[in-house]
Amino acid sequence: MRANSRIRQRLSRIILIGMTGLAATASTGVEISGTRQAALLNLLKQDCGSCHGLTMKGGLGPALTPEALRGKPASMLREVVLRGRPGTPMPPWAPFLSESEAEWLIEVLLKGEINARR
Amino acid sequence: MRVDKRTSITKLAAASILLCVAMLYGCVTPQLRATGDLGIIIERADGSVQIVDTTHQRSLAKISGLGDLSHASAVYSRDARYAYVFGRDGGLTKIDLLNARIEKRIIQAGNSIGGAISQDGKIVATSNYEPGGVKLFDAATLDLISEIPAVDRAGKHSKVVGLVDAPGNRFVFSLFEAGEIWVADVRDPRQPVLHKHLNIGRQPYDGTVTRDGRHYVAGLFGEDGLALLDLWNESAGVKRVAAAYGKGSQPLPVYKMPHLDNWAMSQTSAYVPAVGRHEVIVIDTHTWLDKAHIPVAGQPVFVVARPDGRHIWVNYAPPHNDTVQVIDVLTHQIIQTLHPGKAILHMEFTPRGEQVWLSVRDDDRVDVYDTETFQRIASIPAAKPSGIFFTYRAHRIGL
Ligand code: HEC
Repeated sequence: MRANSRIRQRLSRIILIGMTGLAATASTGVEISGTRQAALLNLLKQDCGSCHGLTMKGGLGPALTPEALRGKPASMLREVVLRGRPGTPMPPWAPFLSESEAEWLIEVLLKGEINARR
Repeated sequence: MRVDKRTSITKLAAASILLCVAMLYGCVTPQLRATGDLGIIIERADGSVQIVDTTHQRSLAKISGLGDLSHASAVYSRDARYAYVFGRDGGLTKIDLLNARIEKRIIQAGNSIGGAISQDGKIVATSNYEPGGVKLFDAATLDLISEIPAVDRAGKHSKVVGLVDAPGNRFVFSLFEAGEIWVADVRDPRQPVLHKHLNIGRQPYDGTVTRDGRHYVAGLFGEDGLALLDLWNESAGVKRVAAAYGKGSQPLPVYKMPHLDNWAMSQTSAYVPAVGRHEVIVIDTHTWLDKAHIPVAGQPVFVVARPDGRHIWVNYAPPHNDTVQVIDVLTHQIIQTLHPGKAILHMEFTPRGEQVWLSVRDDDRVDVYDTETFQRIASIPAAKPSGIFFTYRAHRIGL
């Protein structure tokens, strides 16, 4: 919980300050630089968005809005992102994302911050 | 007298002065303009489109307010004046290319994937994910005419993919979850007549029709191969082609689904993206057997033929989406590997193929290449450009 609110604070600071290389920390405690965050958000929007919709309201893949994800454990969602779901088009992103980066993306999704951060 | 119309907003003032001068001379010539060299670029970040001119390789106008355009596509009215843009958020927007404005815009579904226009140009059809199905609209007014819910025999809804038009005022499309291909005869659009082909294969992800409108093909995600339907002989049913190409090997992850939008045919071959393999599959269009597999740089997304069929251009899913390759159809060799920029999303040829326009999403521009020299000849700024659609599509079956 504390970690979450810390991230929220940092996120809003980043929105204010812009992508000036400011670091944020995922729950795992690993630093994610501001530049990397910008790259991750672009990935989320554009590359995840090609299946889940640019605004995460769904496409070939299901919606990833806070409402759609409500009640689903973050750790399960992180695992899906990293390993994919065999037998479905959801691919494993472990080659491109560290665990803490996947976790950070799930936090962004659960808070619905992707659309606020256009 | 030919008056070149430069509709670019900034030039309007100059144009009107010219017009006044013309009026002083007593010759009130309306500014005439045809649409044969026009097209649109989808700017997916801004929910806008640019109207472009391929003769002068420039942007004429930008139109905003089209909503969520991730995975947007477009078709044209038969007079090639209006573009119908299908947005991800279920928006259907009719754009007037000559007046550079939105003629009409409706939200027709919760979540949409694309659309098509009927042979007679009177009906626009949309294919929707949420709720899954096809809707038919009056092309002039965008009034809803009727709906075809994509519900299979078990009563389950499917997402609709691969919607195309076919001769006989038909629409053909596939059901992702159900694994079916449906043919809808819409000669009476109020009461479409459906022919359903069941068990065509697992998870059809897109579909396309050959230029002559005869063969509809659906790419399968859930298993190897393609499902082929001969629309000249529909009762023969769907057959599987190129089914064994991945036998025994574990498919690679697919970071972006391939597209079959503009199916690449040259001579007696069709060129299709493999799914989960870094290959372009060459299929003999007489026997429908796969006769070659060309190793390429990544998971192909679009495999498109230059209009003369001499070369095949291929772009890729992440992480190879900075690459474009060109295959020579005579040798099946890759003769060019280009790195035009970050995230190449789409490739569109001019009607006779001397130029190809590439959207370079993450560099916020559209680049124009000469297809003989492979040199970049122009570049147009665009906000996260995705699809590019030129007006020749107005006159092509299946586009
Ligand atoms: C090629 C298409 C595709 C891409 C790209 C893609 N996904 Fe998915 N994703 C899917 C599909 C399809 C499912 C549903 C799988 C199923 O049927 O269970 C899914 C499921 C998920 C789930 C589980 C949702 C749930 O409710 O269980 C998460 C989380 C997710 N994706 C996140 C992502 C993220 C983050 C990215 C980008 C890094 C991404 N996806 C990119 C197709 C894709």
